[in-house]
Amino acid sequence: MTRVNNFSIEVATVNGSGSQTANNVLMRAIFQMGVPVSGKNFFPSNISGMPTWFQIRLSHRGYAARKPETDLMVCMNPESAAEDIARLPPGALCIYDESLKLGNCRQDITAFGVPFQELATACCPEMKFQRLVKNMVYVGVLVRLLGIEMSEATLALARLLKGKAEALNHAAMDAGYQWALANLPDQEELRVQREPRSGARLLIDGNTACALGALFAGVTVVGWYPITPSTGLIEGLAEYAASHRLDPETAGPTVAILQMEDELASAGMVVGAGWAGARSMTATSGPGLSLMTEFIGLAYYAEVPGVFVDVQRVGPSTGLPTRSSQSDIKLCAKAGHGDTLHINLYPATMEECFRFTYDAFDLAERFQTPVFLVSDLDLAMQSWITNPFEYPEGNLDRGKVLDEEALKKIQAWGRYRDVDGDGIPYRTLPGTPGGKGAYLTRGSGHNAQAVYTENPAEYTEVLLRIQRKILSAASVLPQPIHLECGGKRGVLAYGSSDPAVMEALDILREHHGTRLDYLRVRALPFSETIGGFLRSMEVVYVVEQNRDGQMAALLKEFFPKEAPRLRSVLHFDSTPITAQTIVDQILSQEM
Amino acid sequence: MSTSPTTNKLGLSLQDYTGGKSTLCVGCGHEGITLQIIHAAFELGLEPHQVAKLSGIGCSSKTPAYFLRSAWGFNSIHGRAAAVCTGVALANRSMKNLLVSGDGDSMSIGLNHFTHLIRRNVPVVYIIEDNGVYALTKGQFSATADQGSALRWGQVNELPPVDPCTLAMELGCGFVARSFSGNPKQLKTLIKAAFAHPGTAVLDVISPCVTWNNHETSTRSYQSAKQREIPLQELGFIPPFHTEPVEIPAGESREVTFPDGSRITFRTLHEDYDPSNRIEAWRIVHESREKGELLTGLLYCHPDKPTLHDFVKTTQTPLTALPQSTLKPGPEVLLRIMEELA
Ligand SMILES: Cc1ncc(C[n+]2csc(CCOP(=O)(O)OP(=O)(O)O)c2C)c(N)n1
Ligand code: SF4
Ligand SMILES: [Mg+2]
Repeated sequence: MTRVNNFSIEVATVNGSGSQTANNVLMRAIFQMGVPVSGKNFFPSNISGMPTWFQIRLSHRGYAARKPETDLMVCMNPESAAEDIARLPPGALCIYDESLKLGNCRQDITAFGVPFQELATACCPEMKFQRLVKNMVYVGVLVRLLGIEMSEATLALARLLKGKAEALNHAAMDAGYQWALANLPDQEELRVQREPRSGARLLIDGNTACALGALFAGVTVVGWYPITPSTGLIEGLAEYAASHRLDPETAGPTVAILQMEDELASAGMVVGAGWAGARSMTATSGPGLSLMTEFIGLAYYAEVPGVFVDVQRVGPSTGLPTRSSQSDIKLCAKAGHGDTLHINLYPATMEECFRFTYDAFDLAERFQTPVFLVSDLDLAMQSWITNPFEYPEGNLDRGKVLDEEALKKIQAWGRYRDVDGDGIPYRTLPGTPGGKGAYLTRGSGHNAQAVYTENPAEYTEVLLRIQRKILSAASVLPQPIHLECGGKRGVLAYGSSDPAVMEALDILREHHGTRLDYLRVRALPFSETIGGFLRSMEVVYVVEQNRDGQMAALLKEFFPKEAPRLRSVLHFDSTPITAQTIVDQILSQEM
Repeated sequence: MSTSPTTNKLGLSLQDYTGGKSTLCVGCGHEGITLQIIHAAFELGLEPHQVAKLSGIGCSSKTPAYFLRSAWGFNSIHGRAAAVCTGVALANRSMKNLLVSGDGDSMSIGLNHFTHLIRRNVPVVYIIEDNGVYALTKGQFSATADQGSALRWGQVNELPPVDPCTLAMELGCGFVARSFSGNPKQLKTLIKAAFAHPGTAVLDVISPCVTWNNHETSTRSYQSAKQREIPLQELGFIPPFHTEPVEIPAGESREVTFPDGSRITFRTLHEDYDPSNRIEAWRIVHESREKGELLTGLLYCHPDKPTLHDFVKTTQTPLTALPQSTLKPGPEVLLRIMEELA
């Protein structure tokens, strides 16, 4: 039976061999044909010579979660070839580098050897480029084999490369195509067909989406330290800022991006800049966030705004630095010693990566506190199809800041006085003239006047007010999204588990007759809607990509009475969660 | 010398540069530094609201509460005020940053940030109130403690010290000075000159801790510092707004002019010492320290180096003063970016 636009391709190569461009051309060509597609790069923490896999999933229903089975394998890596072939399901297709001599290794799959080296040599006389263009040969072979439109592949290539590189790669792609035309039989198992597109769509990764959010939010100071998988966010921001954030008068940059000596310094710089009135941010991952915690605690207690993006990877410690997880939930919620609770945003889509990052700056200044954008490697570094982002209309919310004029009108001012009864005090910025409004910010005990105190009552007053302030944010944070089906059993998830949950719900309904509600949590502190949802259910499966059920633990802390209803669905083997994992774990607990 | 005026060019009195009541021990060396900060700021006529006072944690780091009450201050966390300062400098380049730290704060837990602040030449007057101990945690040796110096209860420091000054010189800091809280005239002049320096100005100020490190077997006591101090120069400072003729120390005098037009004049007391020759100056400071001497004064000065703002190309208008219309690109920009990604 022919499968049209509903299968997955996997390319197994060696990292550092330049396969990235080839894989992107392949995926973009399919995307440009209107086919819902998603790409996942499984790469090692290494610069060159270790196995790497790129999975492209075509799904006419738009499923974007990882799919464990590969329907078409491209074997380019001698090291991993035997295993790559062994895990193919019966009936799969495979093309492999002829020199690997894999022809007869499995009777139940169809495998074709391709003389990649020979074809690359023929179209690219320069030895040093042959290794790179070899990858483009498999793109040409697949274009022919699957019925991808060559014109789209050509266009995709032209977007990524220019000049000589484009010409060389195009020749290689064409060589692969011509070779396949002459040597491979037609196959009808897997086909790519143009689909009518509904509206403009684009391909983007979450780091770029977050970078754009910060760009439009008017970020002014960025301190950072390189760490996978967050590096791309800052680099992307720097690139966009270079053309879109220039001072109209002087053409100088209106955002200062500084690579610091470590994450402690990055956090300190964010705090210093936020205190001085900048819109400041950093982006990091677990190890970096661990180092930042003392400053984050200071910012929480001294009430200094700042945006912290945590692109989660697999820990503990260095863990698996190039793999995705949701295991910093606890850390982001409570970073810092003493009693803390932070505003956290959990984006699950590219639009949310953009919008939530934008919002994070408003929230940080409005609530005078660090705000966490909790991303992960899967969102941040993989390619996702999305609708174009909507422009965030309206003014930047700079929060309660008293300028010289406002200070003049005020009799008594105190940095931490709760004048409006909402727990949010007024702040002033260093450099404000007029002789009023100066104060000393400190991480040590202070009273409403920002004066040092060890008085138990004064200390408690401030700490409780901060708690009230942070909890009050729940009503303005992104509310959970509820997909109702009227039952008494539901799923609760967040972040990058969303695509797998959506697919799992369909499988459960279509194949197992199980209908479940779905609540997607998008922010901490939790809104009352979440409590209401938990109360309305008999059983709630909390899906997350960590070992300890970190989100479930937070839910139990907020809604202790509802704890018995919660059942965890956990996935933490370092691969992105799949729909089948969720289905299997739910069904086994339904028994 | 004429009697000092009671108000400065802003019409402010010395009192306007004071701060809250100190909680330090009576006789603490840090108090002497606080006093000279107050005098220097008053005489320079600094606008208090344009000074950002930054500090870490320690007895020394508490002092920003005791001077310039009308300036904003940030008593941050142990060892990392340098990072906070870098953020402040980028956010609002019109601020004059004054960072007060301890030898523990800067030379061990914060050493990393200290070195990188200097490399980036962040505009700041960076004062290390150096007492050779972690005073606030009750007197353990710090990294600047001299080899052979003893704690009150007898323990002798066997580790070689980190010298903030030679380290700063090695890192290319454009203003390096050492002083002694018991030498108020020199200290005040150096603080004033440091404010004229456009980049990082490091002042290591020997500041005896009377509670933990002022006994006979300590090399960081008032007595030891007084005995060992060798001032390198007789210093004078001429602010840019000065129009009257000034007293320049007698004898062969030299001067360094800062970009803002102010000048520091000095008559060398130590033969051959040239504070513009980094390598030679480094050698002399290092060798004299090995001999147990305490050279004070302007150790190295080279004001014309690119600063943080040259590296980052920070706009002249402070980033904090840019309007929303400049900071938030319009819908057409988003549309264009979206089209590029389609
Ligand atoms: C992260 C951290 N570790 C340890 C401490 C405890 N501590 C407070 S002050 C201090 C040493 C201060 O020494 P120094 O900077 O020389 O200041 P002094 O008190 O001598 O003026 C230490 C270790 C702390 N506050 N924070
Ligand atoms: S303990 Fe030492 S450093 Fe601290 S206040 Fe007392 S004398 Fe000063
Ligand atoms: Mg000390």
